[in-house]
Order: sequence, then C-alpha cells, then structure tokens
Amino acid sequence: MFKIPTGALLKLQTQSSTLHTSAIVQEIQKMTRLRVVDNSTLGKQAMAEGKPPKCIHVYNKTGIGKIGDKVLVAIKGEKKKAILVGLKQNQKAKVPKFDSNNIVLIDDNGTPLGTRIHVPIPTILRTILKEKTQSKGADYTKLLGIASRFV
Amino acid sequence: MLSLISRSKWLSKSAKCLRTVSAQTALTQNNEKPKDVLRKQVLEYRHVYPEFLPDPNPDFRNSLREKLERNDMVARRTQIDIPEFYVGSILAVTSSDPHSPGKTQRFVGICIKREGCGLRASFILRNVIDHQGVEMMYEMYDPALHKVEVLKLEKRLDDHLLYLRDALPEFSTIDVNMDPEILTEGAPVPINPIKVKLKPRPWLERWERQHLRGVQDLGLAEKFYKRAQELEKPWEKYDLMKEYMKTIPEEQQLEIFGEVQSELHKLELQRRKMKRKRVFVKPSKLA
Repeated sequence: MFKIPTGALLKLQTQSSTLHTSAIVQEIQKMTRLRVVDNSTLGKQAMAEGKPPKCIHVYNKTGIGKIGDKVLVAIKGEKKKAILVGLKQNQKAKVPKFDSNNIVLIDDNGTPLGTRIHVPIPTILRTILKEKTQSKGADYTKLLGIASRFV
Repeated sequence: MLSLISRSKWLSKSAKCLRTVSAQTALTQNNEKPKDVLRKQVLEYRHVYPEFLPDPNPDFRNSLREKLERNDMVARRTQIDIPEFYVGSILAVTSSDPHSPGKTQRFVGICIKREGCGLRASFILRNVIDHQGVEMMYEMYDPALHKVEVLKLEKRLDDHLLYLRDALPEFSTIDVNMDPEILTEGAPVPINPIKVKLKPRPWLERWERQHLRGVQDLGLAEKFYKRAQELEKPWEKYDLMKEYMKTIPEEQQLEIFGEVQSELHKLELQRRKMKRKRVFVKPSKLA
C-alpha cells in the first residue's frame, strides 16, 4: 500500500482536509518535518517561526532514517547536517520512543551548532555514535557532551 | 396457555420451590468447600498474572513450549520481584544499561499498555520529561531488569491508555522522584475514575470509535460520531464462538495456574514477609 511520511501528510492535510490517506508511517525520509532540540540560534529561530526543518537526505543506504543517523536538512533556506536523536517510531525494548522527531544540528566535523540540548537523549546514542565515528572522520560523540539528560 | 386459576397455583408452587432453592444455596455458601475457595483464588490469578495464560490463537498454541516458558517465568520471578500492577499504575523500572557500563538506568512512568504472553510479556511506560513525551517498552522477563517497583497501584477505566499520547501533557507527567504509595494489605486495587482531556485533532487513532471511558467529551463534529455509529458492531458481544476463540477456557486456566500456584503462592508469602526493599547483588565473577 502507498504510505506517506509524516511531513508529507501534514502538507497534504493543509491542502485538503477531506483527502483520505492510509496510516501514517512514523519514519524519517525525504520531506519529513523534524524538530530541532538544541539551542543553536538557527534552530531556535526556525522553530519559533513555525518553519521546522525538512529532511532532504538521509545518509544511509536505505534512505530511511533510524535513531543516530545523519540527515541533511533544509532549515531557513540553508542546508545543514543533523543527527536524529529521538524518533516517533516504535523502538526495541529499553530504547525510548519520543512524541516528536528530534534532531541536533551539527557541522561537517560533527561539532554541534548549539551548546545545550533541552530534551532527554537516548543512552543508546552513546554506542551508536561511537560506532559511527571513525578516526580522521567527523567526531559525532561531541553531541553527547551537550546533552542535559539521558533516558 | 394456562388458565388464571392454574396459573396462580403454579405461581405459589414455584415460589415455594424458589424458597427451598435459596435456602439450599445459603447452606452451600456457608460451608463452602475448601476446594472451591482454592479454585476461586486460582481464577483470581488471571488478573494478577495475565502473562501466564497463553495466546488463545490456536496457531500459536504448543503445550510443551507453554509449560517450559511457565517454568522459566517462575524461575525468573524467584530472582526478581515483579509485583502486581495494572494498566494505569505508576511504575519505576531499574535496568542495567549496556551503553554506560557499570551504571543502571531508572525510568518512572505510567503503564499505558500491557501485552504479550509467556516470556514475551511486555509493558509500556510513559512519562513527560523536560516537556518531551517519552515512552519506554520493557519486557517483563528481561534478565537486564534489576528492579520493578510499583509507586502507585491503581487501575483506570480503560484496558489501555494509548490515548495519553494525544492527551494534554499534564495527564502523563509524573514526578521522577515520586515516593511509593503503600496500600493496606488485602485492600482492593482502587480504580482511578479520572477523565483525560485530549488535544484537538489530528490524532494518532480515531478515539471516538473505541468506546473509551477515561476521556472527556471529544468535542468533534456530528459526522464523526455518526460514522462511528455506522461502524459499530454491537452484535459481537453476543458472539459466543468469538468469545471462546479469544479467551482461555476456565478448565484450562485452572490447569495452567494449578501448575504454578504453589510456587507463586510461596513467592507472595515471601514478599509479604520481607517488606524491606530488595537490593540487587551484583553476581560475582566465576573463576
């Protein structure tokens, strides 16, 4: 069956409230709207203006973003990289499931643009981000340093 | 049809009959056999230990596997105290965290769903932390769990509370440092009649179609209720075959709980005896 990502569905709903659609798949793919949860000025501004960033690419082979994956987002007319730090979709046991799809903006070296994350961060990211960090590549574990709380 | 006279006669006769019958029942109630009491106790277990009953779907039944699983479950329960809880109770689960070695993780939340049978039994806890709704699914017989505490033992009006995802955040916000509330021994589990207020649509599910008792007026347009009424299947509750297929019959329940009853009873007594909190002892390394 034809399934629509959350972001795209939101767009459709604004166009026509009478349109019938199949169930929402809570997964991250291109065009999904995300929520910035760090205190970077860019992210804060975008969220305050009601223009949440849109995922325009997922850096993995499936094209579907899972927890800890890197995505490219379109935010206020700019292209920025970000890490998915909390998803709506169902997770395995002992991995938290969140009410929104959260991202933290990073630059090419993996350094977060903000200085604090104001929502809880899943502890599984410690392992995932460590695995994704390769020597001489970007260091994604810097993100864990600015987290305020782990669940 | 009976004539009026014979009918009145019949009535007086039947009244007499009824009297004698009621007297008989009173007699039996007074000196109930200990076997019946035990039976009632065992049947109570289906509310306290629902995961001991297998999936009623005949495709998934396998008596040997079920038996082995039950043994494993009882064995696990001797290692960790898994208390009685229901959907709507507030729980705190302490588990070891492989992502931060040597540390444990504690999650407090309201149980919004309880599902699965046997070793696959699981429950979902929900809480709002830092204005962010977080849910965690735990498997009940997960060996990584250290402690399961019930901070508040109560039931709600519905079988699941998945609608808390669409409710205002204050209904699922729970203080992480909450103190446990202790119920008196033998008191019935209180039912919390709270009515939850949902956010306006869009929702994750069509709650108006689910006969929820724990939600306030949904405030929808007439057409939603009309459609819900159209899709209703009020005859299903009279479908005996359906009822039979989705439940475990009483005789089988007696058999299943009869097997584990002595062990479970022993564990209950033990729990009552040592009310002090259990402390997790880290297993020492084997040579």
